Amino acid sequence: MKSSTKDVGALKVTTPSDREIAMTRVFDAARSMVFDAWTKPELLKRWLGVFGDWKFAVCEVDLKVGGKYRYVWRGSDGKEMGMGGVYREIVRPERIVCTERFDEPWYGGGDAIDTTVFAEKDKKTTVTTTVLYASKQVRDSVLKSPMEGGVAKSYDALDEVLASMPAKNK
Amino acid sequence: MTPARLDATFAALADPTRRAILARLASGEASVAELAKPFAMSQPAISKHLKVLERAGLVSRGRDAQRRPRRLEAKPLAEATEWLERYRDYWEDNYQRLDALLEEMKATQKTNPRRKR
Repeated sequence: MKSSTKDVGALKVTTPSDREIAMTRVFDAARSMVFDAWTKPELLKRWLGVFGDWKFAVCEVDLKVGGKYRYVWRGSDGKEMGMGGVYREIVRPERIVCTERFDEPWYGGGDAIDTTVFAEKDKKTTVTTTVLYASKQVRDSVLKSPMEGGVAKSYDALDEVLASMPAKNK
Repeated sequence: MTPARLDATFAALADPTRRAILARLASGEASVAELAKPFAMSQPAISKHLKVLERAGLVSRGRDAQRRPRRLEAKPLAEATEWLERYRDYWEDNYQRLDALLEEMKATQKTNPRRKR
């Protein structure tokens, strides 16, 4: 059953600076549970990137400071997409800092720093993921990639503008 | 939509004054003077913002040679939204699967309570 609480859901995407993308989402569960879903391969395999016919081919997590994670997804046509990184900070169940790098050549040089914060209130968990890219160029190429593509410099800006536009665009 | 066009659209949208101008134009065309009024800004400053919006194809000029009214061009905005929707949809899709998984985990925990570390 879906919670009827309004603040559950409502994915918020922002760009705090020109090297960052931030996403905020509220989940109707305790943060220890959300933290598990975020860090245990058997749980990650159930939700992260497994849309359409894309499945995990590799999902490895060594959840300790200095430990690595590695994700590879494979589509039914054999196409693969991979990413991975190293954990820099783990404060269970409230905070994970890790590096992040996609295999794709468009990703360019340099690791991104991925900070995920789990905040619990009234049995709901707000997850904020902020990705700091090595440069604006890398961030922008992430924005343009088909998978990551799209977090706006201004999704909120668009919302703001669109909210004031006639209803035909909604 | 070309990446260059998209860049121009997002660059144009990155500024709060320009967003306010677009919001104002969403309710109908307006001259530079009319647009400048609500902002504590000179007409040349507003014109500068308008130029950015015009370059991005978000604003065009009306026929009236005297007033040169500006109006909103909705198409690039709609295109940009579509492109952004893909990203948002992708993550919302992930998170909805996670919602379902969490419900399942909660149900399991209830029927099979045990302490977790």
